[in-house]
Amino acid sequence: MGALQSLPGQPEYIDLAEKTGFSFEQIGVLHKRFKQLSHNGETLRRDHFNEIPDLACNPIRAQIIEAFFDRRNFRQNGEGTVEEIGFEEFLVVMSHFRPPSLHMTEEQRENVRTEKLRFLFNMHDTDNDGTITLEEYRHVVEELLSRSGALGKDTAKSIADAAMLEVASISMGHMEPDEFYEGITFEHFLKLLRGFEIEAKMNIRFLNMDTPTLCK
Amino acid sequence: MAVLRPARRSSAPLLTGVMCALLLLFLPAASASRDFAPADNETWRNPARSTQEEVPHHQTNSTAHKKAFPVLSFNYEHVRKPFEISLWILLALLMKLAFHIIPRVSHVVPESCLLIVVGLLVGGIIKAVDEKAPVFDSKLFFFYLLPPIILDAGYFLPIRPFTENMGTILMFAVVGTLWNAFFIGGTVYGICQIEAAQLGGVDLLSCLLFGSIISAVDPVSVLSLFEEIHINELLHILVFGESLLNDAVTVVLYHLLKEFSHAGSVTVVDAVLGVVCFFVVSLGGVLVGIIYGVLGAFTSRFTSHSRVIEPLFVFLYSYMAYLSAEVFHLSGIMSLIACGVIMRPYVEANISHKSYTTIKYFLKMWSSVSETLMFIFLGVATVEGPHEWNWTFVIFTVFICLVSRVLGVVGLTAIINKFRIVKLSKKDQFIVAYGGLRGAIAFSLGFLLTDNEMKNLFLTAIITVIFFTVFVQGMTIKPLVELLAVKRKKESKGSINEEIHTQFLDHLLTGIEGICGHYGHHHWKDKLNRFNKSYLKKWLISGNRSTEPQLISFYNKMEMKQAMMLVESGSAAKLPRVSSTASMQNIQPKEQPRRRAMPSISKSREQEIRKMLRANLQNTKQRLRSYSRHDLMIDPLEDNVSEVRFRKQRVEMERRMSHYLTVPAKRQETPSVRKVWFGPAGFHL
Repeated sequence: MGALQSLPGQPEYIDLAEKTGFSFEQIGVLHKRFKQLSHNGETLRRDHFNEIPDLACNPIRAQIIEAFFDRRNFRQNGEGTVEEIGFEEFLVVMSHFRPPSLHMTEEQRENVRTEKLRFLFNMHDTDNDGTITLEEYRHVVEELLSRSGALGKDTAKSIADAAMLEVASISMGHMEPDEFYEGITFEHFLKLLRGFEIEAKMNIRFLNMDTPTLCK
Repeated sequence: MAVLRPARRSSAPLLTGVMCALLLLFLPAASASRDFAPADNETWRNPARSTQEEVPHHQTNSTAHKKAFPVLSFNYEHVRKPFEISLWILLALLMKLAFHIIPRVSHVVPESCLLIVVGLLVGGIIKAVDEKAPVFDSKLFFFYLLPPIILDAGYFLPIRPFTENMGTILMFAVVGTLWNAFFIGGTVYGICQIEAAQLGGVDLLSCLLFGSIISAVDPVSVLSLFEEIHINELLHILVFGESLLNDAVTVVLYHLLKEFSHAGSVTVVDAVLGVVCFFVVSLGGVLVGIIYGVLGAFTSRFTSHSRVIEPLFVFLYSYMAYLSAEVFHLSGIMSLIACGVIMRPYVEANISHKSYTTIKYFLKMWSSVSETLMFIFLGVATVEGPHEWNWTFVIFTVFICLVSRVLGVVGLTAIINKFRIVKLSKKDQFIVAYGGLRGAIAFSLGFLLTDNEMKNLFLTAIITVIFFTVFVQGMTIKPLVELLAVKRKKESKGSINEEIHTQFLDHLLTGIEGICGHYGHHHWKDKLNRFNKSYLKKWLISGNRSTEPQLISFYNKMEMKQAMMLVESGSAAKLPRVSSTASMQNIQPKEQPRRRAMPSISKSREQEIRKMLRANLQNTKQRLRSYSRHDLMIDPLEDNVSEVRFRKQRVEMERRMSHYLTVPAKRQETPSVRKVWFGPAGFHL
């Protein structure tokens, strides 16, 4: 894309490219989009995201937007949330959706998988305590079903219960009746979705973006 | 007593028929038309008898009234056709059974090979006895043997991987087949030009026609093979999808080149028309399939009062789709697949569980029989058919087919990988190339060629290629898959967590695409889903199921499955989750302190009661809690009385249990608790 030359901060791109693994072209395109969303400002806030019309009918919109403001996704081992993000953080969050490259060792693939699953885990674990409790999981299922009409909370509850039970069976195996399953830890989460092949599914194509035509 | 006259000369067939039925006497022996009449063991074993039959026949005409009343007589011609067809099918299935009983052979040799060998043997026997073998009728193949297999494949096609890889599959199917056809046709023509091969009579168009026949990957062989090697989903759907979709290309090329070879020359206009024809054939076929699919789905909306005929609608609408497409020379296979794919989600939401099982098993049964018959017939026709063996031609064809397939796959993958997120590795490419088997469709198309001196030559070459791919590639692919450590199919147990996350991911990726401002796959898929939900489902699904989100239906299906298992097997059965002793109370949030504050039952007593209850009701408690009392979506017309009773008992038990654990019981009441407790334990289900 020829617009690359007009964008400022070329040397920063090298730094960003190294950090996130995007190519210069992709960074340029995303920068354009960032500027569009933030109305040429330097930072993005939650209300900027709320303006995107395509997101309006998405049942898990709130969680997606939260994920952008969650420090845990910035790869700096931070915690808590922020009110506004700059381009770098935007890019880092986006980099979670980069497809794995073709020539990867098994270990690298495993790392990519762990990283993506960590992102999902952070989305579910809203109170930052490192486990997904039954309440949080119920919330997830409720949100998923929220657009589907007048189905009571009870259905969502029973689905979440069944799911939680499944996790407990898989991770804990034998449990004494007195034992209480605190919640899904990250290790359990990994074990649960081991066969899910998330590195093949959780990907977006970052090129072919005609931002002029999608001026929203 | 009435004078017996041969039925042929009778002017009152009805009267004769009645008399035949009553008296079981002789019919004219020579009437049988032979197209569908395979010679079989019966006539082989009794050739003497059938000839004997003819001789006394003429004499008995005049002497009938003198003979005594025959108590028992032999009248084979009467039932010849259905008898022989049934015998063939029975033979085929017995062979299939035999293979599975002998374990060692079936591990090494794929079933298709074994069936072809059986066909060869039977053909050999028939030839040895000098009987007339069944003529391989292409009509039989295309109208009766092929549709069940394709319908089975299309109806149970895994939609998600298919649509995710649609671009790749189309590339392989269309461009790959075209490349194969022209490359093979061209090089074969080149070879024919060489003096030494003595193949001067073969012109370019015939070669191209030959190429188009031999180039297509065959769905039946692929299906039969890949089912046994359990390869990972991606590769399976790539090769299989390719084999299904290349039918359009094959049909167009075949008819086109056949017309051209009659006409003798090709102009540019013809070539352009050919391209247009391709689009018409493929898209038209899909359109026909969609129309019938929607009709079928709509019909199933109203079948709640006549459940028994539900499966028939599915079969008949699909078959009509196939035949209707064939009327217009559109691609019948694509029509059949489109019909099955479109119909399935709506039909499954409407029909009863039993009808679903019926459909599944009938489709599997028919396709199994068809496949078996197809391979056996292939073997028989090989022994039977007129052959013209030309070493150069045949060897070269086999070699070129392999080369062209490999080149095609490698070349196309290089282009495709630029557009794929998850690229195809070298191992994947190898499996895709190696799994390109040819099969009976190629043979039938060859059979349909007009009789000229090249036909036998071509047929021989086609058969050789089929044999080579099915035998050599079929037998070696399994060890190769293991050698190359190709990813195998993962055993999925239908986990609710995976379903939740699949949905979650879908929405997440759609959202991210929205943020990126990029209208990618997920965006369009989301739009299609919403269209589906708001319009199609309302029209095509009856009752309140039309608003049910996918997660709920998945969850209900799973629970239904488990409930069925429980009901059918009784309490002694082992359930899949038995290995874990986790139960609901382990994950419930800590509301327990409220209960434990009760002083009346001592801690140890409570423990004891709990333990005993658990010992008896462990498994059932899990199932119990999984049913929400508000969400018993029992199909009211599902006449599974025992299941309803079962659920009632469960609810009863749960109520009692929670009662005993929450109600404060004084010391002296414990004997009564114990006494009453034995009640529920007697509910052994």
